[in-house]
Amino acid sequence: MHATQSQQYAAKIASRRATSEPVWVRYGLITLTVAFLTLFLLVPLAAVFTEALRKGWSVYIAAIFEADALSAMWLTLIAAAIAVPLNLVFGVAAAWAIAKFDFKGKHFLITLIDLPFAVSPVIAGLIYVLMFGLQGWFGEWLIDHDIKVIFAVPGIVLATIFVTFPFVARELIPLMQAQGKEEEEAALVLGASGLKMLWHVTLPNVKWGLIYGVILTNARAMGEFGAVSVVSGHIRGLTNTMPLHVEILYNEYNYAAAFAVASLLTLLALVTLVLKTYVEWQAARSAVRNEEGVIAS
Amino acid sequence: MGFNQGNILRNKPHVLPGFRLSLGFTLFYLCLIVLIPLSAVFLRTTELTLSEFWAVVTTPRLLASYRLTFGASLIAALINLVFGFLTAWVLVRYQFVGKKILDALVDLPFALPTAVAGISLTAIYASNGWIGQWLEPHGIKVAFTPLGVVVALTFIGLPFVVRTVQPVLEDFSAEAEEAAASLGANRWQTFYKVILPAVWPALLTGFSLAFARAIGEYGSVIFIAGNMPMVSEITPLMIITKLEQYDYAGATAIAVVMLVISFILLLTINLLQWWSAHRHGSQP
Repeated sequence: MHATQSQQYAAKIASRRATSEPVWVRYGLITLTVAFLTLFLLVPLAAVFTEALRKGWSVYIAAIFEADALSAMWLTLIAAAIAVPLNLVFGVAAAWAIAKFDFKGKHFLITLIDLPFAVSPVIAGLIYVLMFGLQGWFGEWLIDHDIKVIFAVPGIVLATIFVTFPFVARELIPLMQAQGKEEEEAALVLGASGLKMLWHVTLPNVKWGLIYGVILTNARAMGEFGAVSVVSGHIRGLTNTMPLHVEILYNEYNYAAAFAVASLLTLLALVTLVLKTYVEWQAARSAVRNEEGVIAS
Repeated sequence: MGFNQGNILRNKPHVLPGFRLSLGFTLFYLCLIVLIPLSAVFLRTTELTLSEFWAVVTTPRLLASYRLTFGASLIAALINLVFGFLTAWVLVRYQFVGKKILDALVDLPFALPTAVAGISLTAIYASNGWIGQWLEPHGIKVAFTPLGVVVALTFIGLPFVVRTVQPVLEDFSAEAEEAAASLGANRWQTFYKVILPAVWPALLTGFSLAFARAIGEYGSVIFIAGNMPMVSEITPLMIITKLEQYDYAGATAIAVVMLVISFILLLTINLLQWWSAHRHGSQP
């Protein structure tokens, strides 16, 4: 319904000379836009796959199933598998507190949640080095207890959590604010427990925003480079994530292998975009359905 | 979970449960992951005296990196301001084949890992690359020059202006344009005096988001920049260089300069959003 509405709208505008551009302007603008997007989006996308397959499929397959590449994939999966659920729980909790209750300093809290977006990834890595590195605040204590954070997996996970920190909360806060609190109050009055209310009323209402937030968090978690690069130490087979593995191969002039691993990350990005488009479509549909339901009742 | 209805109904202001728990967890997690580690940067710089700090953050090599980082970020954000608006306009107003796919692809720079973008752009603009081989004979070098930095930062910031302007253009009422036209405005006047003022706050927000993102960007830039001291080194790379020399104080001092600038930008963006929400609220 949303699509047809906007199409009708566009058709209406196009049909009226007074509120539309001349045909040559329209086609000129479309051409310019398509050229810009081709240059900056399609060409880089095509280049990844072309470079990856330049030396043939056998080189491509070998680069992907090489032991260091596989352990890099494994580490990337682990980092995302820890960062995504933690930030999901945080996002729901933060959105619940911010959207459903009034308290002083709410806007300040939202700004603080946004902070990781404003911080350079390199600084995101640096702060954990300052905390847990050899010269860091907890450096000596960690050495005494034989715990490694920097140049080890925990540092990579921490940096990943930091850079993906705001995504879920960012998606959920405006959604939950728009939903209001009547439905939750109704559930409570009808005798639901707090957890039941959360599971059966709140989360289903923000389902698509939640999924969207998780998709974004996951994409960023698996693709993060700068922050992870600072804390990883680039130990092959141990503390290399996929983006770092791409860098190492590239710096060794092993371009075909670098682009082969990069092509996997590109596929991940494309899947993310497809899921995102699907989720937006579903969200628009359920919004329309809700509106129709309101009108019908 | 025991649950006392009477009690809940009596506490009028907080009818819903879980306020303390959710806010408590939010603050705890925020402090643990973000605030305490970030404060480490500021506390560690106090190990330097003010004159030492000033000397560290104003070396010629670092000054050159500020010029490149802020200059290239500004140019890239301006390119995105123009082409982002154009893209949003064309995607909202016109119909053409492949529009849906291009619309979905606009978010590619958000989804594509920055390192992948970096090596891909480098391959394209290198002297034997798809585009580089056509530019090189004309004396235009992109890869391994400051121009390459601008290209990478334009890619990174591409979605911001499009995605902030698009919803405003979609909501823009046809009546306002019709009114302008019926009052005798030509198309250009309608655009300049009616449409542009309405999308201006969104344009500014998108521009500052793209600018802020570009300043901190690292992954996509280091591959294409060539990283020559005084010429094509960006400021985030200087932090890495200091860290590799185990100069923690130096790295921290540069980080403080970047953080302060980022915070000022974040504040500006929030003010812009507040301002635009205010304006939209007052004129329905």
